[in-house]
Amino acid sequence: MSERLSNTLLGKAAVMEGLADHPAVKALEAAIPDDFTDAKFDRGELTLTVKPEAIVAAAQAVKAAGYTAFQDMTAVDWFPSSPRFQLSYHILSHALKEIIRLRTMVEESEASIESMTSVWDGANYYEREVFDLFGIRFENHPNLRRILMPDDWNGHPLRKDYPVEGYR
Amino acid sequence: MIDTGTPILTAPTAEGAKDQHMVLNMGPQHPSTHGVLRLVLEIDGEIVVRLYPEIGYLHTGIEKTCEAKFYQQVVPLTDRVDYLGPMANNLCYCLAVEKLLGLEIPARAQWIRVLLTELTRINSHLIWLGTHAMDIGALTVFLYTFREREDILRIFEAVAGQRMMTSYFRIGGLAMEPPLDMFDRIRKFIKGFPEKIDEYSNLLTGNPIFYNRLKGVGYLSPDDALALAVTGPVMRASGLDFDTRRDMPYSGYEKFQFKVPTSTDGDCWARYMVRLEEMRESVKIINQALDGVPEGPIKADAPKVVLPDREKMKTQMEALIHHFKIVTEGFNVPAGEVYQQIESGHGQMGYYVVSDGTAKPWRVHMRYPGFATLQALETMCKGRMLADVVAVVGSIDIVLGEIDR
Repeated sequence: MSERLSNTLLGKAAVMEGLADHPAVKALEAAIPDDFTDAKFDRGELTLTVKPEAIVAAAQAVKAAGYTAFQDMTAVDWFPSSPRFQLSYHILSHALKEIIRLRTMVEESEASIESMTSVWDGANYYEREVFDLFGIRFENHPNLRRILMPDDWNGHPLRKDYPVEGYR
Repeated sequence: MIDTGTPILTAPTAEGAKDQHMVLNMGPQHPSTHGVLRLVLEIDGEIVVRLYPEIGYLHTGIEKTCEAKFYQQVVPLTDRVDYLGPMANNLCYCLAVEKLLGLEIPARAQWIRVLLTELTRINSHLIWLGTHAMDIGALTVFLYTFREREDILRIFEAVAGQRMMTSYFRIGGLAMEPPLDMFDRIRKFIKGFPEKIDEYSNLLTGNPIFYNRLKGVGYLSPDDALALAVTGPVMRASGLDFDTRRDMPYSGYEKFQFKVPTSTDGDCWARYMVRLEEMRESVKIINQALDGVPEGPIKADAPKVVLPDREKMKTQMEALIHHFKIVTEGFNVPAGEVYQQIESGHGQMGYYVVSDGTAKPWRVHMRYPGFATLQALETMCKGRMLADVVAVVGSIDIVLGEIDR
């Protein structure tokens, strides 16, 4: 394990070579070879990047490969670079005792992605939180409303162009 | 402009039969909601048809505040998230940043961390037990559990100088060497604690009112628990056997022997029994930790990250420079992203820290178990009596501080 932890694999080609028999990598390569764009193994954590339109297909593929427990999803605002938003889904496998990260990038102009609730009901609150604090829309979400901020709030507090203190 | 959605009161209304259903607001000031949770209930007589948690009353934007602080300044903020388990919050954040930095933590610091985190788990479970029993109507237990909690808080005060907001774990180790009598105090407390658990058990386990209010109430199937991202004791009471401490060990947990209590009943009673057993297992871990605390340093050997000892600061130029640099400009953390999860008293806690290579975190996301468990509340309460909602809310052990952040 320690040998695996100390390795860093950057890029899809390196991960495909170094972790060729990893169940999540195999599943994604079999299901969506063209939309599986990048991969990274860093600090003992595997990050798999897919195109935003393929995120649900990717989730179904890793779920079938044993990563059944949805843990967490959130966004990162990379303002002012483009594409602006990164969405990170952390998915745990009880059997394999490992967490993988599904990652996708969303443009600010679109700021919309298919909801994960069709795969895991538990993504519901997490997507509402990202909608509330980042202003990213989730298509086909059962109840896309603000969750932490008041319903009539203006702006999305976790965006980088929203000030930490003072007036907007 | 983004549509903020439908108004609150129209949201929970089921289609048809509107005349017979009543919408009832429970909270945010209801004593059994353990904070400022507001439940919008749609009831048919006394039967819950729909339940809709309305949260955010305690939202303070801690994740946003983290982005404006140095890495070491975030530690006190984490205390205030799940205010019943301060050491667990500190641990999870510190482990995440240490993973980013690639720091090696000395064995002594790891053992003391385990010791205090397990005390925190007992602390958290004691509050759950006291308030849960109080919700059901057994007021006495609250007084007993708070008696033991006071002992734990006194130990925390001796160790960290603070009863609740401890901030004792720092990036790279511990804030300071614990006081000399800490181990004796913990040993004394833990020696008498199993009897106290028996005492709670005597008061509640054989109590027919408590039993009937919990048995068969708030059933959650293993499939639902998995789909709704429920973790911790609630998940284990539904028959899923996963504990981060055992299965994905962190901070040296692989060196300790303990069992992970589970149950297949999935009801409030099973959650009660699982948590009671967890306290007994925590006692075992604490006993092992007390017996084998290694000698050595309590801080990692990383002068650019860890504050130097006071002694060195006054005698060594280098140490003084490092101290000045860390305090005034922080320390740079290599760019990257990590997700560190630990098993807190309520379930799997996760910190997702993204660094852009500067001294302030680019993003800190906190995954707290209560947020996900709250999603399962409707599944557990649907079709049951209104009074069962109080029992279920008590049994999932929520802290609104961790849900709203």
